[in-house]
Amino acid sequence: MRQVRRDPEMARLDPSVSRAKYRIERLMLTPLFRFAMRVGVPCALGFGAVTWWASVEENRTAFNLMVADVRAQFESRPEFQVKLMAIDGASPQVAEAIRATLPVGFPVSSFDLDLETMQQAVIELDPVRSADLRIKQGGVLQVDVTERVPAVLWRSDAGLSVLDADGVRAAWAGSRAEYATLPVIAGEGAEKVVDEALALYAAAQPIMDRLRGFERMGARRWDVVLDRDQRIMLPEEEPVLAFERAIAMQQIPTMTLLDRDIVAVDLRLPHRTTFRMTAEAAAEFRKFKKIEAGGDPNP
Amino acid sequence: MIELYESQRAMRNMRKAAMQRGVIAILDVGSSKIACLVLRFDGTDPAEDGVGSLAGQSGFRVIGAATTRSRGVQFGEITAMGETERAVRTAVQAAQKMAGIRVDHVIACFSGAQPASYGLAGQVEIAGVTVDEQDVARVLSACDVPDFGAGREVLHAQPVNFALDHRSGLIDPRGQIGHELSCDMHMLTVDGQAIQNLAYAVRRCDLELAGIASSSYVSGISALVEDEQELGAACIDMGGGATGLSIFIKKHMIYADSVRMGGDHVTQDISMGLQVPMATAERIKTFYGGVVATGMDDREMIEIGGETGDWEHDRRTVSRAELIGIMRPRVEEILEEVRARLDVAGFDHLPSRQIVLTGGASQIPGLDGLATKILGQQVRLGRPLRVHGLPQAATGPGFASAVGLCLFAAHPQDEWWDFDLPVDRYPARSFKRAVQWFRDNW
Repeated sequence: MRQVRRDPEMARLDPSVSRAKYRIERLMLTPLFRFAMRVGVPCALGFGAVTWWASVEENRTAFNLMVADVRAQFESRPEFQVKLMAIDGASPQVAEAIRATLPVGFPVSSFDLDLETMQQAVIELDPVRSADLRIKQGGVLQVDVTERVPAVLWRSDAGLSVLDADGVRAAWAGSRAEYATLPVIAGEGAEKVVDEALALYAAAQPIMDRLRGFERMGARRWDVVLDRDQRIMLPEEEPVLAFERAIAMQQIPTMTLLDRDIVAVDLRLPHRTTFRMTAEAAAEFRKFKKIEAGGDPNP
Repeated sequence: MIELYESQRAMRNMRKAAMQRGVIAILDVGSSKIACLVLRFDGTDPAEDGVGSLAGQSGFRVIGAATTRSRGVQFGEITAMGETERAVRTAVQAAQKMAGIRVDHVIACFSGAQPASYGLAGQVEIAGVTVDEQDVARVLSACDVPDFGAGREVLHAQPVNFALDHRSGLIDPRGQIGHELSCDMHMLTVDGQAIQNLAYAVRRCDLELAGIASSSYVSGISALVEDEQELGAACIDMGGGATGLSIFIKKHMIYADSVRMGGDHVTQDISMGLQVPMATAERIKTFYGGVVATGMDDREMIEIGGETGDWEHDRRTVSRAELIGIMRPRVEEILEEVRARLDVAGFDHLPSRQIVLTGGASQIPGLDGLATKILGQQVRLGRPLRVHGLPQAATGPGFASAVGLCLFAAHPQDEWWDFDLPVDRYPARSFKRAVQWFRDNW
């Protein structure tokens, strides 16, 4: 068979491709393969290189150190420094308590301040109703505080404490005299119905000079405690109305109920008001009854 | 017949798959050059009703084209497998590179392998009132297939004409009312080994053969204009190693043949007559060739040149008239042979006897004048149809079959195997019959 000569001149005039080159070129023209070469191989190479590099312990630590360094450098820039804390809306004692609660050593980076937990800590203080923390421009940690308003004094087993209108303790009270203007409540479950107590207190204006406090009886109804150990026993339902009736009975000039020798006014049953008299008054009463009946006043 | 159906249908399915992917390669395996075009189909199929815009070829675009010198192909047949494979590889690779996309499916054409045409006729009674697909399938399978000899393969089998009762010339008989359906079919057989060689060469290039066509048929598709195809014309594709001829009427090919002579033989004559190498002879033919000598040609001397070192030998000159004197007898011989084939086919009886010369060898100056004397009065030189994206270099008559193959790929003619097999020919039928027998007897 004749051998086909491939001299260079002829190869230029009459090109031909080898089978391998033809196959490779076809492979390179395959869309999927081209995509793999363009995207897959660089990705695999990059990933492999990073993995290989990261498989060395020293490299990893060095990298972590570098990241931490950069982070620290960034965080310690003067723009992010918090230099002082400003507390608004709190009395000096409460502000002092807040400062004690938030032991922040200024200056500190704003990245190190966890405002969420700090706010929680401030709110957990007794006198604070709500708190709002933010970092103001100029590196100031602004703490806006709304304090609890003392509404009643609550005498419990633990001692005397001040509650706000919601029945949450605002502070411990050293003595009754410190909060002379506040009504006193006591008894089981009294702190849960402070609003009722306040309503009763508002109704008690005419007999304010005689009022000692309100006692919750059996965690369901109120007793109004007056001086001279007098009590007005109020019903569960609509205690204010009943209390006003008692006050009205006091205010009738010919009646002046509470000035009389009575231990308790029982208003628990709305249609039947009962008075409990002192023992002497009861004896006197019986004596008068006997005289009225024509009997001997001194048996 | 079943195997034929299967192999051709497999190729049809391959072609469909290629159309779905949108890219297909066209391979014209010629004796002097191998051309490869890469087509991209843009999914629009304008041939739903009628021909569509741009003669029905707006659905595709040529995105890659390459030619290479053919090696190992003689008379349009593969004679050296390795060389041919390498040439195909070169052409396909260059076309792929230009297209920037990989092609896997190839539709090929070749001109040689002794094509033989047969006219077939078949007739059946139709089953229902109107003609349906099954009737068409039955009439096609009722055509009496001639004994075309062992080792030959059917390349084309196209129904050309349908007749229903006494009405003939039907293009599509489906849905028409009648009793007796008959059809005429044109069958083209070629040497089976040539097809196998081509398929093998294509497969060795990692490509799938999605179709195969006769080069004379496809160059007829591209070089004949519509009215020529309709009224009757012959396309003569003068290639390098073989000259194909195909006769069209009513837009169907009714005859195809090939003459085993072409431009290479002219070159060979020049080479022998002037004692020059083939490459020089080819160059002289291309630059100075002709078939009609004039007085001027006696005075025009052509430097032949040579590399022998013998001064006398290397300084030879020849007049153009002498060159024409060498070329003309061979061209005449080719045309005479074509004429003989046309006479055999009964071309004289066609209403219009238009002859279109195309192919690379039809570019010899004065050929149309010579052909007029031999073939008949109505001769013209044909160039292939213009298709989208075809490079300027591939618009010459030498690319008639490549362009025709593009059109063939885009809109193949219905062939025998495109119709369903008649029901009673299914192998499944026998199984059904067996099941029926069991039911009846148990």
